[in-house]
Amino acid sequence: MIAHAMLALGGAVMLAPFLWMLLTSLRPASGVFGGFSLAALEGFGNYAYALETAPLLRFMLNGVIVCAGILVVQLLVAIPCAYALAKLPFRGRGAMFGLVLAALCIPIQVPALPLYLGLAHVGLLDTYLAMMLPFFLSVFAIFLFRQFFKSFPDEIIQAARLDGAGEFEIVWRFVAPSALPAIAAFSIFSVVAHWNDLYWPLIVITETRLAPPPLGMLYFRDVETGSNYGALMAGATIITAPLVIAFLVARRRFIQGVTMTGLK
Amino acid sequence: MAAITLEGIVKSFGSTEVLRDISLAIGHGEFITLVGPSGCGKSTLLRIIAGLERQDRGSIAIGGRRVDALKPAERGVAMVFQSYALYPHMSVARNIANPLEMQRLTFAERLPLLRLLSPRRRRVMREIMRDVGTVAAALQIDHLLPRKPAQLSGGQRQRVALGRAMVRRPDAFLMDEPLSNLDARLRVHMRGELAELHRRLGATFVFVTHDQTEAMTMSDRVALMLDGRIEQLGTPAALYDTPDTLAVAQFIGSPPIAVLPVTAEGGLVVAAGTRLRLSALAGAAMLGLRAEALAPVRKGTPGALPAMLARSENLGAEWLLHATLGDAAATPVVCRLTAEAHATARADGLLGERLWLMPDASRAHLFDASGRRLVPEAQRAAVEAVA
Amino acid sequence: MSTAIALAATREPLLRAGHAFAAPAALLLFLIYIVPVGVLAWLSLTDYELGAVRTEFLGLANFERALADPVFRRSIVNTFAYVAIVLPGGVGLGLLAALLVHRRIRTRSLYEVIYFLPVTSTLIAMATVWQFLLHPRLGPVREITLGLGLGEVAFLSDPTLVLPSLAAIGIWQLVGFNMILFLAGLSAIPRDLYEAAALDGAGGPVDRFLRVTWPLLGPTTMFVTITTSITAFKVFDTVAVLTQGGPTGASEVLLYAIYLEGFQYFRIGYAAALTLIFLAFILVFSVMQAAALDRRVHYG
Repeated sequence: MIAHAMLALGGAVMLAPFLWMLLTSLRPASGVFGGFSLAALEGFGNYAYALETAPLLRFMLNGVIVCAGILVVQLLVAIPCAYALAKLPFRGRGAMFGLVLAALCIPIQVPALPLYLGLAHVGLLDTYLAMMLPFFLSVFAIFLFRQFFKSFPDEIIQAARLDGAGEFEIVWRFVAPSALPAIAAFSIFSVVAHWNDLYWPLIVITETRLAPPPLGMLYFRDVETGSNYGALMAGATIITAPLVIAFLVARRRFIQGVTMTGLK
Repeated sequence: MAAITLEGIVKSFGSTEVLRDISLAIGHGEFITLVGPSGCGKSTLLRIIAGLERQDRGSIAIGGRRVDALKPAERGVAMVFQSYALYPHMSVARNIANPLEMQRLTFAERLPLLRLLSPRRRRVMREIMRDVGTVAAALQIDHLLPRKPAQLSGGQRQRVALGRAMVRRPDAFLMDEPLSNLDARLRVHMRGELAELHRRLGATFVFVTHDQTEAMTMSDRVALMLDGRIEQLGTPAALYDTPDTLAVAQFIGSPPIAVLPVTAEGGLVVAAGTRLRLSALAGAAMLGLRAEALAPVRKGTPGALPAMLARSENLGAEWLLHATLGDAAATPVVCRLTAEAHATARADGLLGERLWLMPDASRAHLFDASGRRLVPEAQRAAVEAVA
Repeated sequence: MSTAIALAATREPLLRAGHAFAAPAALLLFLIYIVPVGVLAWLSLTDYELGAVRTEFLGLANFERALADPVFRRSIVNTFAYVAIVLPGGVGLGLLAALLVHRRIRTRSLYEVIYFLPVTSTLIAMATVWQFLLHPRLGPVREITLGLGLGEVAFLSDPTLVLPSLAAIGIWQLVGFNMILFLAGLSAIPRDLYEAAALDGAGGPVDRFLRVTWPLLGPTTMFVTITTSITAFKVFDTVAVLTQGGPTGASEVLLYAIYLEGFQYFRIGYAAALTLIFLAFILVFSVMQAAALDRRVHYG
C-alpha cells in the first residue's frame, strides 16, 4: 500500500513536466497564466504558430540526417575493427585495444577544442560533416561488439573459411548478425545521445538552418523569450515527441539496451 | 515430537492445479522421500511445508502444532536447496552462522553500526562461532570456514548447505533435490552420508527427488507423486514389489518394467500369442514384467514368449538381455541374469538370435484396463488354480 | 614442415584482413583522440588566442592562473556541490524506485515507462518546461510553495537555490535510467537466497535488504555510482539553457566555464589548460568505469 503510494507520487513527479507541457501547448496565449480549465483548450493553434515561427521540422530533419550519418559510419567502422580485435591475430592488436580502452575514458569535451580549431582551419564549420565527424569513431561500440564477437564460436568461422568465405564476408554475413541485440542496443544508445546532444552543435553550428533539435530549441527560445509559453511548449513537444514515441513503441528494446550497455 | 501431518493440501498456480488434496502423515524421525517426474508437485509440497508457499486449502501440523500461520523460520524446519542457496558474499562460517545470528541477536544487534553499541553481541557471536565450529567438524569442513562459497567444490558447497541447516538443530530437514547438482560418483557417496546423518541426528527428513534410485536407497518410506496426487505411499520394497498402479510400476525400477497388453481367454491370459498361467480376468489388461521376472528357456516350453535378442549388456555380476517380443507391437523387454545363470544359458544354447523367455508368474504384475493393480491374493489364487 | 607452410599460408591473409579492418578505426582514433589531445596539451602551455598575432610559450602559467582564478575555482566547487547532490539523490532514489517496482507484477512495465520517459526526452526542451514549472510567478510549483507557506520561491534566480534546483532536474532525468540498471541487478539475485534467508529467520524487509539484497547488488551499485558521477560531473545543458552560470556565478560549472573561455572568449590556451584539469578529474571516475564495464557488459 505504502509502496504503491510512493510509486504513484514519484510517477506523478516524473510525468508532471510532460503533462504541463502538453496542457500548456494546447491552451491559447491569453489563458496560459490563468488557472486550470479544460474548456480553455484551444486545439492546435500553438503548434501552427510554433511551426510558422521557427523551422522546427527542418531541425528535426537535421537531427535525422546527423543521427543516421553518425550511426551508419559508427557501425561500418566499429564492427570490422571489433571483429579484428576479437578474432584476428594482427600485429598491434594489443596496442590498439589499449588505445580503445584509453579513449573510452575521454569524453568528447576534451578533444573538442583542437577539433574545433582543425575544422575551422579547413573551413568545415557550419556543415553536417562538422557535426558528425568527432562521433564517427565510437570506441564504446568497438568495446561492446568485441565482447560479443569474442563469444562467437571459432569453429563456425573456420568452417566458413574452409567453405571459401573471405574475412569480409565472415564479418558481415555471420558474425555481425549474431550480435544483432548488441547492435540494436548500441544503435538506440547512439541515436538518443546524438539527437539530444547540445554541446558539440553549439560549438560548430551558427547557421539556424543546420541546427539539430536541441540547438533549434535554443534558437526558438531566444526568439520567443518568455512572451508566448503556449508556443514554446508546443515547440518543446514537437522536439521531444520523436524519441518519446520511439521509446513508447520499442519500450522493451530501449530497456534491454540500457541494461546491456549500461551507458548513457 | 516432530511428526509432520498434512491434511487435504490443495494448491493452484493460476488455473493449473498443482496439488490435489494431499494428505500425508510423516512419523517422527522418519526419512521420507517425495519422488516423481518433474511437474508432479513434489517441490511445491515441500515448499508449502517450509512455509515458502501458502496452500490454498488444507492444513499442516509439525510436532503436533498447527503451523499454517507461521513464518518459515518459526516452523522449526531447515531446508537444503538444490542450488544450495549459499550467500556468495559471506564466508562459510558466516553462512552457517546466519540462522543462529537471526535467532540469538536482537534486531538492533544485527544492524550495521548500531550493533557496535551492544556489549552483549561479542559474547553471543563467540558462542555462535563455537556452535558453527562443532557442526563444521561433524561435516569435516572446519578447514573451509574462512573461504567464500565461490572457492568451494560442489560437494563442499553441499556440506556447507547441510551445515547451515544442521546448526539450528531443527525438528525436520527439508531437502529439495540436494544431490542433483553433484557428479555421479559424489552423488552415490552423499547418499550414504545423508543416510548416516539421518541415523545420527534422529530428526525427520523430507527428501524431494526425481531420481528413483535415491528414493529407493535412502528412505524409510517413499511417496510417489504423479500429477499432484500421491500415487502410492509405502516402503521402497512395497513400491517395487507391489505397485498399486501401472504408473508406479513404470516409474520405479531400473531397467524399466516391460508392459504388454494381454487378453483373457478361457480362464487364461493370452500375451504375444502365448497362453500364460496367470489369473483369469475379464477383458483387456496390462501385464508388467520386470527384468528378473523373465528367464530364457528351451524352444517350445509351454507358456514361454518368443522373442528376438537385440543386444546383451555385461554389467559384471549380471547380464541384461534386451529383446523384443514376437507380438505385433514388438514390445521391448529386458531380462536380467546373474553371471552364472547367463553362462549356463549360453552353454545350453538358449541365447541365439531367437530366444524364448518364460515369465515368472509369482513376480508378474497384472493391471486392469484403468491401470489399477489386480489384488495379489486373487492373482495368486488364480495362478494356483491353473497349476 | 608442410603444416608450418600451410599455417603460414592461411595466417598471411588473416593478418592482412586484421590490419585492413582495424585501419579505419585506427585512423579515426588518431584524428579524433591522439592528435587533438596532443595539441591540447601543447596549447595549454601557450597563450594562443584565436586571431592573435603571435603566440608565446608560457609553461605552466595557465595552470597557475586557473588554480588562482576565483571564477574557475568557484566552478570547481559548484560542480562538486552539484555532484554531491545528484549522486546520492540519483542513486538512492533509483534504488528505491527499483526496489518498489521490482515486486510489482502487473504495474511494473507501466512504472518502467513513466520513470524512464525523462531519460529519452530531449533535455533542452524539458529544461525549458522546468523553467516554466519553477517560474516564481507563473509556474504551477508556485501553488505548492504558497500552500506550504514558503511564499514565492525563485528557484533559478536565488543564488542558494539555483544549484539544488538544477540538481533536482538532473536527478529527475537520471532516476529512471538508474532504476533500470538496479532492476537488472535485482533480477540477477537468485530467488533461492531470499528463501534461504526466510528459513534462516531473515524474512523481514530490513534483514532481507541488509543480508541479501544490498550485498548482492554491490557490483551494480558500484557501476551506477560511477556512471552517475560522470554524468553529473559533465553537467552542461541545463546550465547553458536555464542560468548561463548565474545568478552571480552561483551555477557556474566546469564544462560551462571551459565552453565560455574556449568558444565564447576564444582564449584557447587558457581553455586548453582548464580542459586538462577537467580531464584529470573525470579520469578518476572513468578509469573506474572502464574497469567496471569490463565485468559488466556480458550481462546481456
